[in-house]
Amino acid sequence: MSSTVATDLRRGTGVVVERVVRRFGDRAVLDQLDLTIEEEELVILLGPSGCGKSTLLRLLAGLDRPDGGRVEVPAKRAIVFQADRLLPWQRVLPNVTLGLHGPDADRRAREVLAEVGLAGREKAWPKELSGGEAQRVSLARALVSEPELVLLDEPFAALDAITRLRMHDLVRALRTKHQAAMLLVTHDIDEAIALGDRVLVMNDGRIGSSHEVHLTAADREASVAREELRARLLEDLGLAGQH
Amino acid sequence: MTEIPLAAPAVLKGPGATPQRAREREVFVPRDARRRTTLGALRERLRWPLGIYTTPVVILLAWEILARAGVLTKTYAPAPTSIVKAAVDLWQQGVLGPDLAISLQRAGLGLALGLSVGITAGVLGGLLRSGEYLFNGLVQVLNTIPLLAVLPLMIVWFGIDELTKVLLISFGAGVPMYLNLFAAIRGVDQRLIEMTRTTGAGTWRLVTRVLVPGSLPGFLVGLRFSLAYSVLGLVAAETVNADQGLGFLITQGQTYLQTNQVFVGLVIYSLLGLLADQFVRALERVLLRWRPSYEAS
Ligand SMILES: Nc1ncnc2c1ncn2[C@@H]1O[C@H](COP(=O)(O)OP(=O)(O)O)[C@@H](O)[C@H]1O
Ligand SMILES: [Mg+2]
Repeated sequence: MSSTVATDLRRGTGVVVERVVRRFGDRAVLDQLDLTIEEEELVILLGPSGCGKSTLLRLLAGLDRPDGGRVEVPAKRAIVFQADRLLPWQRVLPNVTLGLHGPDADRRAREVLAEVGLAGREKAWPKELSGGEAQRVSLARALVSEPELVLLDEPFAALDAITRLRMHDLVRALRTKHQAAMLLVTHDIDEAIALGDRVLVMNDGRIGSSHEVHLTAADREASVAREELRARLLEDLGLAGQH
Repeated sequence: MTEIPLAAPAVLKGPGATPQRAREREVFVPRDARRRTTLGALRERLRWPLGIYTTPVVILLAWEILARAGVLTKTYAPAPTSIVKAAVDLWQQGVLGPDLAISLQRAGLGLALGLSVGITAGVLGGLLRSGEYLFNGLVQVLNTIPLLAVLPLMIVWFGIDELTKVLLISFGAGVPMYLNLFAAIRGVDQRLIEMTRTTGAGTWRLVTRVLVPGSLPGFLVGLRFSLAYSVLGLVAAETVNADQGLGFLITQGQTYLQTNQVFVGLVIYSLLGLLADQFVRALERVLLRWRPSYEAS
C-alpha cells in the first residue's frame, strides 16, 4: 500500500490534481485532494456512495470549478455518465457524431460503433436500445473524438451482471485501440480488480490509498493475489470482515 | 419474485367454504392470436369503426332524425342535410366562396404575423436571459387579458378595417406560442445540455440538435393553442363591421332568420378548427416519432 502524492509533477499529459477543495455549504466534500494519472493509465476510483467521486469527476471534466487547489487535464477529454444521456430525438449515428465536425464524421462514428459491437444499429432510436446497448453508444460517443482522457462515472452500475462482464471485456478491447488515460469511478470492488491498472480508495474527501494491480487477465478472475487485493480494498473501505 | 395483488382480499365463500385465499392468476397470450381469425378482425373493426368521430356522427344522426320527425323546428335547428344543402346553395350563388376566401386570408395573415412574433420572442426568451427579461413580463400580462376584451381597444386604435381583424387573430396566436415555446426550451433536460457541452459541440450544435428538437413537443402544444385561438380571434373580429367573410354570412343569416345560413358559418368555423387539429396531429406523428409515448388500448 502506498499513497500517491505527486505535488510538483507537471507533465504535458495525463491528469494532475493538486490540493483540490470542493465545498457544498460548509461541508468539504473534497478536502485537499491530490491525484495524478499517467498517460494511457486506467485508474479506478473506488468509494462508497456519497463520498465525492462524482464531484471529483465533474471537476476533471470541467463541469464544475474547485473552491481551492488546481486541476490540470487534457483539453481533449470525454465523459461517460452513469445514465446513457443519449438524445432521445436523434438516432444512434447522430448521437455519436454530436461533437464531431468534418466530412468523415459519419465514417468515424460507424467505425467506433462497430468497435463497440453495434454495427448496423446506426439508424435505431434510443428508445429501441437495451440498457447495455445504450451505454455502448455513449461509450462510442466518448471515444469517437479520440480523447486523451476518458472519465467514466459508474458507467455500468445500472446494468445486469452478465452485461457488465461483457462491458468489461469491451473496455479492455477498446484500450488496446484507443490510447487514452481513463478514470473509472465505481463502487464495485470486482469491477475495480477486473479493469484497473491502479485502484484508488477514497476516504474523507481524499485519496486514502492506492493499489497498483499487476495481474494477468486470468489472475484477475481468480487467484490468491486477487483475493489478497480484494481483502485489502475491503479493509480500506472499512468493510473488513463483512464480506 | 412473488407478485402480491394489493387489493385482493381473502375470498370466503360463505361460512361453509374453505377459508382459503383465492389465488388469482393471469395468463397472457399474443394479442394477434385472437385478431387473426376473420371473425375477430371483423369484430375489432366493428367495435370502433369511426374512431374519434363516433360521438359527432352519433349526434348528427340523432339530430337528423329529430329534425325530420319535427321535434326540432326549422328556425331553431335545421336538419344537418338541409344545412349541407344551404351550403351548396350559397356556394352556387357565389356567396360562400368569396366569404370563405376572405376569412381564410384574414386567418392566414393573422397566424403568420402572430406565429412569427411568438416564435421569435419565444426562442429569444428561451435561449437568452436578456430575452426572458425583455418579453416574459409583457407576455404574462398580455396573457391575463381575454382576447375579446382587447377588441374594443383595437377598434379605437386601428379602426374597424382589416388591420384590427388581423391583429386580433395574431394576438390570439402569438401569446400561447410564446408561452409554450419559452417553457419548452427552458424545460429541456439539463443533463442532456451538460452532456452536449462535454462532447465539444458548439453553441450552434447545442441549439440545433438539443434545444430545438427537445422543445418540439412544447412547440406543438403551443401551435395547437395558437391555431385554436386564431379561429376564436377570427370569429370575434368578424362580428365587427363585417361586410365580407364568414362572420358577415352569420350576421346576415341571423338578421333574416336564415338559421341554415348561421349553421353553415358555424360548421365551417368548426371544420377549420378540426382541420387545424388534424394538421398538428400529423406534424406530431412525423416530428415526435422518437418519443416513447402512451397509447391507450
Ligand atoms: N450540487 C450539489 N449541491 C450540494 N451538495 C452536493 C452537490 N453535489 C454533490 N453534493 C454532495 O456531495 C457529496 C458527494 O456527492 P457525489 O460526488 O455525487 O458522491 P458519489 O461518490 O456517490 O458520486 C454528497 O453528500 C452530495 O450530497
Ligand atoms: Mg456518483
